[in-house]
Amino acid sequence: MIALLLRDLKLAVRAGGGFGLGLAFFLIVTVLVPFGVGPDTALLTRIAPGVLWIGALLACLLSLDRILALDWEDGSLDLLATAPLPMEGIVTVKALAHWITTGLPLVLAAPVLGVLLNLPGPGYLWLVVSLALGTPALSVIGTFGAALTVGIKRGGLLLSLLVLPLYVPTLIFGAEVARRGAEGLAVSTPLLMLAGISCGVLALLPFASAAVLRINLR
Amino acid sequence: MNLTVSDLSVARGGVPVLDGVAFDLPPGRALVLRGPNGAGKTTLLRTIAGLQPAEAGRIEGAEDRIAYAGHADGLKAMLSVTENLAFWASVFGTSDIDAAVAAFDLEELRDRLAGTLSAGQKRRLGLARLMVSGRPVWVLDEPTVSLDAASVALFASAVRAHLGQGGSAVLATHIDLGLAEAEVLDVAAFRATPRAAAADEAFL
Repeated sequence: MIALLLRDLKLAVRAGGGFGLGLAFFLIVTVLVPFGVGPDTALLTRIAPGVLWIGALLACLLSLDRILALDWEDGSLDLLATAPLPMEGIVTVKALAHWITTGLPLVLAAPVLGVLLNLPGPGYLWLVVSLALGTPALSVIGTFGAALTVGIKRGGLLLSLLVLPLYVPTLIFGAEVARRGAEGLAVSTPLLMLAGISCGVLALLPFASAAVLRINLR
Repeated sequence: MNLTVSDLSVARGGVPVLDGVAFDLPPGRALVLRGPNGAGKTTLLRTIAGLQPAEAGRIEGAEDRIAYAGHADGLKAMLSVTENLAFWASVFGTSDIDAAVAAFDLEELRDRLAGTLSAGQKRRLGLARLMVSGRPVWVLDEPTVSLDAASVALFASAVRAHLGQGGSAVLATHIDLGLAEAEVLDVAAFRATPRAAAADEAFL
């Protein structure tokens, strides 16, 4: 399983791996928003947590169809399925590799991009905490969507339609943590909800992903 | 341990293609599947490899003993030959890739990216993966596609060495590999009588 993780990370950073894709998208969105809404700092401050969260979520969405599709196309998914790795382990490792190559860079880049949106001082900590808690859930849910649509040509649209509604709770509570943190309010309720969602999908979805992947490989 | 298949029925896309397939494959022997296109050779091999469930019947001695090679080689274009093999070796819990590299004459290609290999070289790399898996039963679907005559001979000797070490192999191929240990099974004899497709198989 560690070999699979290392291979996925190695492939992600090599040419054509798409490592910078999500990060570049996140950067572009947050740079463009101030141009779009104008230089009103009070307005930017108010919308900063939400914009940063939506940017991170869409950046995550962008690379989801690559999680399993590439392995399916070249036949390695069939071979992995016959290898002595449990399918649940394979999808968990795939989700982890996606998080390391997409979610983690977003978490680290968010505070830098927060400056562009005039995020207030106390907001930075909670922005990073909420993204660090929420992006693993995005990767795991995304892997479930990728498992559902693997083998479908141009399945990206279907994948987005399936996954976006599942992302809504994470977005609501994640953005709420960042917003309340930025305004200096108590964050514990949305933070607990966000952590609960992440723990729940981490515990349950790998089994669902493995089950649909087995059906899709037939 | 024998690979024993009894009264096996397999279906593709909900349509039964083979019925009542039965064979017994002891260690050191090979089974060559023959049959026209669409007869169900691939479906039978995928079922034996555990990639799809059987409609009926039993497969014994397959659990965690199969190394499967399908139409696609499962290579990563941006990894080198050595990296590709080393990955599969560690997935299967082995470490020695030198024997496989030597058996399929990949020594000079070790540091080349798999994406830059020719079709025949890719196939040789894909077949070398079988050797690093350390699994006793090879299940091979058209293994000689895009191989030249010399590479087919390399492959035949690799299969012979594998059989000599107590392994076994099930191959769907139309090329005569010159294997004395091989029996031929014509799957056309097991063709299923056409019947109405069952409900969507994914939800059975």
